[in-house]
Amino acid sequence: MSKLTGLLNWVDARFPLSANWKAHMSEYYAPKNFNFWYYFGSLALLVLVIQIVTGIFLTMSYKPDAAQAFASVEYIMRDVPWGWLIRYMHSTGASMFFVVVYLHMFRGLLYGSYRKPRELIWIIGMLIYLTLMAEAFFGYLLPWGQMSYWGGQVIVNLFGAIPFIGEDLSLWIRGDYVVSDATLNRFFAFHVIALPLVLIVLVVAHILALHEVGSNNPDGIEIKDNKDPQTGHPKDGIAFHPYYTVKDLVGVVVFLALFSAIMFFVPEMGGYFLEYNNFIPADPLHTPDHIAPIWYFTPFYSILRAVTYPLFGIDAKFWGVLAMGGSVMIFFALPWLDRGRVKSIRYRGWIFKTALTIFVISFIVLGYLGTLAPTRATTMLVQILAVIYFAFFILMPWYTRIDPVKPVPDRLQT
Amino acid sequence: MEDQPKSEIMEDQPKPPPDKAKRRFLTIATGMVGGIAAVAVAAPFVSSLMPSERAKAAGAPVEVDIGKIEPGMMISVEWRGRPVWIVNRTPEMLATLPKLDEQLVDPHSMQPLQPDYCQNIHRSIKPQYLVVIGICTHLGCSPTAKLESGDESAMGATWPGGFLCPCHGSTFDLAGRVFEGVPAPVNLEVPRYAYLSDTRLLIGEDAKGA
Repeated sequence: MSKLTGLLNWVDARFPLSANWKAHMSEYYAPKNFNFWYYFGSLALLVLVIQIVTGIFLTMSYKPDAAQAFASVEYIMRDVPWGWLIRYMHSTGASMFFVVVYLHMFRGLLYGSYRKPRELIWIIGMLIYLTLMAEAFFGYLLPWGQMSYWGGQVIVNLFGAIPFIGEDLSLWIRGDYVVSDATLNRFFAFHVIALPLVLIVLVVAHILALHEVGSNNPDGIEIKDNKDPQTGHPKDGIAFHPYYTVKDLVGVVVFLALFSAIMFFVPEMGGYFLEYNNFIPADPLHTPDHIAPIWYFTPFYSILRAVTYPLFGIDAKFWGVLAMGGSVMIFFALPWLDRGRVKSIRYRGWIFKTALTIFVISFIVLGYLGTLAPTRATTMLVQILAVIYFAFFILMPWYTRIDPVKPVPDRLQT
Repeated sequence: MEDQPKSEIMEDQPKPPPDKAKRRFLTIATGMVGGIAAVAVAAPFVSSLMPSERAKAAGAPVEVDIGKIEPGMMISVEWRGRPVWIVNRTPEMLATLPKLDEQLVDPHSMQPLQPDYCQNIHRSIKPQYLVVIGICTHLGCSPTAKLESGDESAMGATWPGGFLCPCHGSTFDLAGRVFEGVPAPVNLEVPRYAYLSDTRLLIGEDAKGA
């Protein structure tokens, strides 16, 4: 017995190191047919690490003070050695986090990864998504530019639309009558410590839940239904390590190449990753002529703007906020809305394929329109797309049931 | 050595069965007392997020000289961290106000968003001067002045003059009254104010208080 094995045995007698390595890596059997869409889970984990590391270093030079915040970000950009790189890594990472998470969620829609028995994985995933939105929103106030300020003002006032308690609730969130130094300071606290902790706990829960039931795959077939009687492992499963760690490494290399290209050449991404108005210090007396949230919030922002009519004696503002909240929350219900007899798009009929295509198009167009100033024509279009958006979910129990599905094979197709 | 006789004694006497009701009572009682303590400890943390005494004290009234505002022009002053607009309305501007009843949500200012002395068609003490908080009642952006009527504000030929919120497209007339069919639910808020002289305004305070 070598000294190293001796050490490992010593540790294993005191901490389940080898047992966990086996359970989650070397003897975690994943379906052998993972394709392109299966890169985005591990990439999301990679971006989380990038955000935490760059965030820690940014905190060392940033000042969460309304009088100094804007200047301290410029100080990081100009005077701190390599500060610009760390900051661009963090700002690019924020947008890329949402790119990766949206693709990861789309994968779930494609292959029915939210279906039984993976409902809890989906719900925990949605909680991660909500936490991520909050984290991004709190972080966006910190540079204290015009977009930070007025974006913060609008989002906090959304809570004011809740009947009876709304006004007091937004006062409580802001800690002042307008977005101010008090708001900046607490948002900093939420951004750098409270939400990252929640995020990490949820990510661990997401992976534990996944490893309990096992991964879905592009065929939507349960590999655990076909186990080798000798080994007890799924016949169509391969060990996560080394097979998928190596595969994911390829994804990491390609992703980092793309990430670097953005970071070095187009960190502002034409005003989509870093908005131009945010290079102007916050001015509480003047709203910029055109304000729009950062791109990953715009589909929901469009839905907020779509509601312009009062209903049942309650004003349009309340219904707009309700529609926006509903457009995010409705994703939680997905495992129970989908009544299809098959999981994967490969065996679904034309109805689901059409519905998903139209939904994706409406989501993207809503997102694009959300970046534009509202006009009568776009408001009309947004209203139509918002109806399509909700119809995708609300009609789902019906159209997935009548969808002419194809027969599903017993074993994975490779 | 000493343990052995003890355990023998224990074995000799039959254990009385556990009193489950008593256990349940103790568990619930402990849980409730602990819960009350947890809520009591949470209270100061929740309260600490409310506006501080310093934030509350920052609401002092401000004095403004309005003598230099040309007819048809406006100025913006800061009060309690928010913009307050003062518009010197021309007779033509004032003439638009009575014609808009059909297009407005609350033409007669029935909602209590202004002091009593401003609940009139022009929503001000002196018809000429509009004093209004420049924060959209939808989600708190500051609307942009589009005071000129018609195409001069690039708002279409029928535009009577007023304000446009850049965030969600809410529109208000020259008395800060909201038009129908926009996301903002109510008119712009009019603060308490008083004339110290013909050209000096005190914003945030009137004879009745702040």
